[in-house]
Amino acid sequence: MAGWLFVISLVVALVAVYRPFGDYMYRVVSGTRDARVERGIYRLVGVDSKAQQTWGVYARSVLAFSAVSILFLYLFLRVQNRLWLSLGMPQMNTHVSWNTAVSFVTNTNWQAYAGESALGHLVQMAGLAVQNFASASVGIAVAVALIRGFAARSNGQLGNFWVDLTRVTLRILLPICVVATLVFMIAGMVQNLSGGTDVTTLTGAAQHITGGPVASQEAIKELGTNGGGFYNVNAAHPFENPTTWTNWLEIFLLLLIPFSLPRVFGRMVGQNRQGYAIVAVMAVLAIASIALTVGFEVHGGGTVPQAVGSAMEGKEVRFGIPNSATYAAATTLTSTGAVDSFHDSYTPFGGMMPIVNMMLGEVAPGGTGSGLYGLLILATITVFVAGLMVGRTPEYLGKKIGAREMKLASLYFLVTPALVLIGTAAAFATGNNATALNVGPHGLSEVLYAFTSAANNNGSAFGGITVNTPWWDTALGLAMLLGRFLPLVLVLALAGSLARQKATPESEGTLPTHQPLFVGMVVGVTVVLVALTFLPALALGPIAEGLS
Amino acid sequence: MTLLAEKPPTQKAKPASVRGGLLDPQQLWRSLPDAVRKLDPRTLWHNPVMLIVEVGAVFTTVLSITDPSVLAWTITVWLWLTVVFANLAEAVAEGRGKAQASALRAAKQDTMAQLRDGGLIPATELKQGDVVVVVAGEIIPGDGDVIEGIASVDESAITGESAPVIRESGGDRSAVTGGTKVLSDRIVVKITQKPGESFVDRMIALVEGANRQKTPNEIALNILLAALTLVFLLSVVTLQPLAIFSKAWQAAAPDTAAIDAHGVTGIVLVSLIVCLIPTTIGALLSAIGIAGMDRLVQRNVLAMSGRAVEAAGDVNTLLLDKTGTITLGNRQAAEFVPVNGVDPRELAVAAQLSSLADETPEGRSIVVLAKNEFGLREQEPGFMTGATFVPFTAQTRMSGVDLGDRQIRKGAAAAVMRWAKSSSEEVGEIVDGISASGGTPLVVAENDRVLGVIHLKDVVKEGMRARFDEMRKMGIRTVMITGDNPRTAKAIADEAGVDDFLAEATPEDKLAYIRKEQEGGRLVAMTGDGTNDAPALAQADVGVAMNTGTSAAKEAGNMVDLDSDPTKLIEIVEIGKQLLITRGALTTFSITNDIAKYFAIIPAMFAAVYPGLDTLNVMRLHSPGSAILSAVIFNALVIVALIPLALRGVRYTPSSASALLRRNLWIYGLGGVIAPFLGIKLIDLLVQFIPGI
Repeated sequence: MAGWLFVISLVVALVAVYRPFGDYMYRVVSGTRDARVERGIYRLVGVDSKAQQTWGVYARSVLAFSAVSILFLYLFLRVQNRLWLSLGMPQMNTHVSWNTAVSFVTNTNWQAYAGESALGHLVQMAGLAVQNFASASVGIAVAVALIRGFAARSNGQLGNFWVDLTRVTLRILLPICVVATLVFMIAGMVQNLSGGTDVTTLTGAAQHITGGPVASQEAIKELGTNGGGFYNVNAAHPFENPTTWTNWLEIFLLLLIPFSLPRVFGRMVGQNRQGYAIVAVMAVLAIASIALTVGFEVHGGGTVPQAVGSAMEGKEVRFGIPNSATYAAATTLTSTGAVDSFHDSYTPFGGMMPIVNMMLGEVAPGGTGSGLYGLLILATITVFVAGLMVGRTPEYLGKKIGAREMKLASLYFLVTPALVLIGTAAAFATGNNATALNVGPHGLSEVLYAFTSAANNNGSAFGGITVNTPWWDTALGLAMLLGRFLPLVLVLALAGSLARQKATPESEGTLPTHQPLFVGMVVGVTVVLVALTFLPALALGPIAEGLS
Repeated sequence: MTLLAEKPPTQKAKPASVRGGLLDPQQLWRSLPDAVRKLDPRTLWHNPVMLIVEVGAVFTTVLSITDPSVLAWTITVWLWLTVVFANLAEAVAEGRGKAQASALRAAKQDTMAQLRDGGLIPATELKQGDVVVVVAGEIIPGDGDVIEGIASVDESAITGESAPVIRESGGDRSAVTGGTKVLSDRIVVKITQKPGESFVDRMIALVEGANRQKTPNEIALNILLAALTLVFLLSVVTLQPLAIFSKAWQAAAPDTAAIDAHGVTGIVLVSLIVCLIPTTIGALLSAIGIAGMDRLVQRNVLAMSGRAVEAAGDVNTLLLDKTGTITLGNRQAAEFVPVNGVDPRELAVAAQLSSLADETPEGRSIVVLAKNEFGLREQEPGFMTGATFVPFTAQTRMSGVDLGDRQIRKGAAAAVMRWAKSSSEEVGEIVDGISASGGTPLVVAENDRVLGVIHLKDVVKEGMRARFDEMRKMGIRTVMITGDNPRTAKAIADEAGVDDFLAEATPEDKLAYIRKEQEGGRLVAMTGDGTNDAPALAQADVGVAMNTGTSAAKEAGNMVDLDSDPTKLIEIVEIGKQLLITRGALTTFSITNDIAKYFAIIPAMFAAVYPGLDTLNVMRLHSPGSAILSAVIFNALVIVALIPLALRGVRYTPSSASALLRRNLWIYGLGGVIAPFLGIKLIDLLVQFIPGI
């Protein structure tokens, strides 16, 4: 019962903010006035905020910005021992540094290190947290560029990346994070620059209690669907997630932007109902996934859960099963990857749900921006098939889906499955799956989970395998890098191609893309395409485990 | 009043019932050699989905030879059959075109051309600009325009219409087609074709699909199919290391036909790939395209490119000429309006008498109206002795009859009033009123007394209003083009139910209207026949030239209607839509089919390793071997089963996009999910009796 209230209150809160917050974001990205701070930034980096970019320029800007970010973060991690507030931590080795730099710039936040025992406060704040803001803004910027492609009237212009990046960071992410940090501090999260306190416990043992800027890291970690925790155990740590209601707030924050972006879409293309259709697809998939995950966990299949009466292994008692399962679903439905319980310990089918959520391409609602553009690509593929079935050259919002558009959408659709499947197969073929704990169908799920998480830029881990070896760091780093930037360039190319088109006016013969039938069809296409692609692999992992 | 002088148009017989595409089993058999010939990888190259199946079949053949078993050979045979069936679909579609092409070739006999400047050369050596003389009984040697003379020409070789047509120099009926026969008189023709590019040559190439190019939507769909093929290929190939890992973990599990220590066997991997990739639509895609063109040909329309057919489905705006398309070619009597207190019956009698010898449609319609309204019996002119009929001439602009001292005349208002030496304001008002409403007034007078006015008006063809409503439901705007003044045009437009009209239209107006529509992102279709229509035909996205029209019009348009029936534009739009719907429906069917195939193949592959996976064997198939074989056989047979649908096209009823989507999604989406469950189970019930399966 409490579990249902938890989920329903989340839904109600997200519904309540959809319009006002979506409208606010719409004003931010489509306004023409620059704030004084922003003008200062543009002067500093030499950007003309009124200049429009074509898709090529936009894409080059994104790639250049991200390349510099990766390089900067890599160097930062390599020299942290010589910097202020390092707490005496040593420099990070090369392969973990590469992996971590790519991970945070790609909004993945896969962590091949343990936060509290590997990083000082400065690199946490000025290195990782900065990328938490930047990578979230990049995702939103690219999504907005795609929307401009749909909305544009044959001028080929997609806006200005530097302006989008600056405005989203300063006007959307920063203010919310300030408020959220304060709320988290009130709830009891740690927020200081202390190196920790050594205490003697009642039983006489010596214990090191860590300190640090946890609350502020936590706010952007959730809001930007990043997921990289201050502590190794992430949001299961009482300093990162003290109570049931901070648990609720964290889930709300990580769903907030992805679920409100369809409003921006609707506003920008001038038809709010199109936004409602997209958010409906997200909601149907998300609610179904959460219900299934909670259901599998509460009814706990498997020998041990049956014997002890509930599947509590790997879950925090202060959260309980339904709230933990909801968190697990939400964090994988978005590209967050933060955890408050251990997915490796879930029941076979309960543990399959996070994998499936990520395999859907993280579109329900997905990462900040990346969820929306991923879903719009799936909607485009649906429009193509549905459009043929109504006897016209398929068109979405008046833009024709021709050979070039299909080529880009198909390639986008190919990238992540290719990375996941090739990566998983490579791990087994090269014997890199082999560790003592890594056996049977569950072991297979662990490897599949790792590559699914990296290629989809989620960052959560099933755990159970040792991944800080050079092979894993390199392979997952590549999966994250390609899984982020190939789709992103394809999306921008698609946006450019749409932006050059004249819009066909709507008529009775046009496929309506705002009706329940179409919503259902997008849901169907998403689920069927994913099921068809990954079912053989899933059959040997969680399904084999669950049915044994 | 030229309309009174026009010859009534011959009512054309509808093209003999359109063979939708009933598949003659004989045809399948006859096309088999072609289908086998198409196994050549160089031919299959254009169809990546089937190429993969062929490569897989070669691979399993090798495996079957090195490690023979009943299962291996049966699967191999069915994989080859899958490719053959796909080729068969294409071959059958092409075969129908070939039959038409050979009929056309028969018409293209070796003719000699008589040049005007003397000399006799073979028709094949004619160049553009040559001038030839053709006399009665001769075949016209090449496409061109008549520059001198008039002749009746038998064009049945091309149009299938046996009634001869008149071709004359100047005007819009000057074009002649090579291969047609002059029946009377002598004409001088200036050749307009390049050697080897005559209309008949192009027709042959079109119906044979010789240089068929993929249309934009077909290319886009091919990309999607290639992507799906690639992703399934990946998901099956990457399965192997996982299978080896799983088998090693369950070392005690027995080896089966599907899996051993080396992982999934090659035969089963290939079977899985072939079952998953979209073979159904991949096999039928080109047949659908060829059959679409074929359906047009059967309606006597020649599309110069597949692109034009596809564009027809996308049309937003239809420009239709008023006369002959929306209204009957001629005006008809609608009302008798007596004046000066004349008895309406007296007017009707006079009107009827004056029209008895008038064989124009207008004249006959007056007789009909008199009969319908006043029961006046139609009388043969010959029954009335002493009657002298006065024919219409351009000078008098009236016609009539003299019966003793009774002189009755009907005709243009001014002419009849002058003849009757009467002037009446009442008549003037009625005449103006009728003109204003879009009608044509004919004044009837007896001796010097004006009796009244006959109201002739345009008659909208039956059923046009309903058709335009259908068009509106499909999201297509209809625009009437007419030379009438705006008031007249509006009256007819309202009556016919078109969305817009263009009155007093000049060719420039038409062109401007098309450009304006295209600016707004709309696709425009129109018909035309005159030389002055050519720019608009070229500008329109779908320009249908009438075969009776000039060569310039035929060059400019991207379709030619051999029946010269302007209403056919509506059918062309429907065929274009049907073509796309068929592709979309079969794609949906093909993808949804995969769900059932997974339920057959995954437990068959892995239930030996993880017995729990047998739960997924919901169809309770006999054995792993029979399950995989059944899926492969179903996959092959469904292609053959759908060939008739691909050739005929999915049933299309004009309706809104939502209604169409709902219907097709139910039939082909849901059907695609359910059909293979039933099919595979049925096949399994049979193949389990094969020993060794």
